[in-house]
Amino acid sequence: MAGAVLRHEFAGGGRSVLHLEGEWTLRHFDAGFAHISAHMIELGADPRVDWDLTGITAFDSAAAMAVWRAWGRRRRESARVNPEHEALFARVAAVPPLPHVTKVPDWLRPIVFLGRRVLILFENLASIAVLLGQMIFDSIYLVRHPRDIPWREISANIHKAGTQALPVTAMVGFLIGVVLSYLSALQLKNFGADIYIINILGIGVTREMAPVLAAVLIAGRSGSAMTAHIGVMRVTEEIDAMATMGIPASLRLVLPKVSALAIVTPLLVMWTTAAALLGGMLSANYQLGLSYSFFMETLPKVVPIANLWIGFIKGVMFGVVVAIVACHYGLRIRPNTESLSAGTTGSVVTAISSVIVVDAVFAILTKDIGLDL
Amino acid sequence: MGANEPEEEGPVIEVIDVCTQIGTQLIHNGVSLTVNRGEVMALVGGSGSGKTTLLRHVIGLTQPTRGKIKLFGQDLAELDRDAAHRVRQRFGTLFQYGALFSALPVFDNIALPLRELRVLDEGLIHDLVMMKLHLVELECAHARKMPAQLSGGMIKRVGLARSLSLEPELLVLDEPTAGLDPDRSESFVKLIKTLGRELHLTAMMVTHDLDTLFTLADRVAVLAEQRIIAVGTVDEIAALPHPFIRNFFQGERAERARKMAAAHIHK
Repeated sequence: MAGAVLRHEFAGGGRSVLHLEGEWTLRHFDAGFAHISAHMIELGADPRVDWDLTGITAFDSAAAMAVWRAWGRRRRESARVNPEHEALFARVAAVPPLPHVTKVPDWLRPIVFLGRRVLILFENLASIAVLLGQMIFDSIYLVRHPRDIPWREISANIHKAGTQALPVTAMVGFLIGVVLSYLSALQLKNFGADIYIINILGIGVTREMAPVLAAVLIAGRSGSAMTAHIGVMRVTEEIDAMATMGIPASLRLVLPKVSALAIVTPLLVMWTTAAALLGGMLSANYQLGLSYSFFMETLPKVVPIANLWIGFIKGVMFGVVVAIVACHYGLRIRPNTESLSAGTTGSVVTAISSVIVVDAVFAILTKDIGLDL
Repeated sequence: MGANEPEEEGPVIEVIDVCTQIGTQLIHNGVSLTVNRGEVMALVGGSGSGKTTLLRHVIGLTQPTRGKIKLFGQDLAELDRDAAHRVRQRFGTLFQYGALFSALPVFDNIALPLRELRVLDEGLIHDLVMMKLHLVELECAHARKMPAQLSGGMIKRVGLARSLSLEPELLVLDEPTAGLDPDRSESFVKLIKTLGRELHLTAMMVTHDLDTLFTLADRVAVLAEQRIIAVGTVDEIAALPHPFIRNFFQGERAERARKMAAAHIHK
């Protein structure tokens, strides 16, 4: 420890003097301090050791506290201390001792934890129901007062969630189409059923892949953005400011986001479907030699139009789900960094999970539609 | 604290001919300032005059376009990582809104600089944090609270405790009394004054507040027209005929503040 020196001098008859010399300040504590500290505490417990602090040239309250602890939190009468350092010990002594809190093992902890999570789940569901209800009320209000429809907010959200998502959904859709087509083709070749690639791609992509893929992308992109947006507005009191100006948050903040996603998601589903089918078509051509014209002629013949409608309607539902979940989490964000990060994470994860659940329900409900069996 | 450091020769902060250009805007044009050991220097100037920018240069967050900043006699631009780290440990900063870590309770906010040293055991850190809380007149009960649960005055005090964690020699304050009501403001200024004396701190603060100026500042530097137009004691500056100084120091509020400060000093 450069600067802070501990020197143990042995006098006769079992007595010794511990000299503290040099610069005893926090700045001069380095990795050797733990050793020095342990040594001090050990010697502090020994009544035959006298302490001499007169050799200290620089002393601060952190070092004084370390010495104080070694002395058992009492001013050691026999210790020799420079007069100008006494004030430091006075300050250290003035700190009220905090009672040590012993941790009691709580055996019920796991049960309480589980119970609390369930209650939080119900509370969240209730809040979402309230939000949904408020949406319905606002929509009815707007039907009666069409002048109050927040066109600008809706348009801005459509641009952010929709227009700016076109490149990424196109790219992802295209690549998934290529991969799906490639994998299916490998299998179909074994049965000489190459032609059915169009059926598989057509129905699989239109009915399931594109809607779910688009919804997941939208949840990650727009869902997290909406949650962070509303969350930060809460923290900076912007929502309060809006309220004082008579601008209702549900009408001008939440409804535009929900309507924008309800409009944009089905369109993005169509877009993704097209990109995926394009990718599939290219891959089928390359691997199986299926011509583009054949693909495009056969597609409408083997894929009933009902599938397109199913994809479309799924898009609307997924969009609404993602938006409501995003707004719900956003409105619950508290003013700290942990809450913001946990809120956006929760928003995306819950949105994606809910989308999958809705998709499963839809699949069961429509299992007889659109598939000519 | 920095009570019995071997007194180093020379000023604590030296700003030498600093010019700062951001985009096409010239914010500082030849700013020079010296803060001596043990004094409290206040930096005043109009809004947008570059006070906070200069402060950020001094604490090493930004670099000036031209010129030098020296802390404890060392040029900030020429320090390697270890040297820069050691210099950082010698000063503490109190930000305008506290800048407490929102995810950590009060205790961990103050303990953070101590833990970053990685040489102290938790028991000693616990005692040191309690000592700092006591120093800024906060009760132990507040140690478990989160920053979002604290009032403005308490946030400032916790911020002050954190800035004093590493027993610094220099304290840099950005608008210490911003957002505090008059009562809190007065008690906070008194606290800084007492601590500054007891701990032998050098301080540099940016402030608008006249009461703070009259009570705390040993010297005042006026930043206007992209440079320091005057440095001196409060009384010396107040008497100068410059239009900004006239508005700042010679209005009615200034008179009241001056009278109040004088009354307190004589109490």
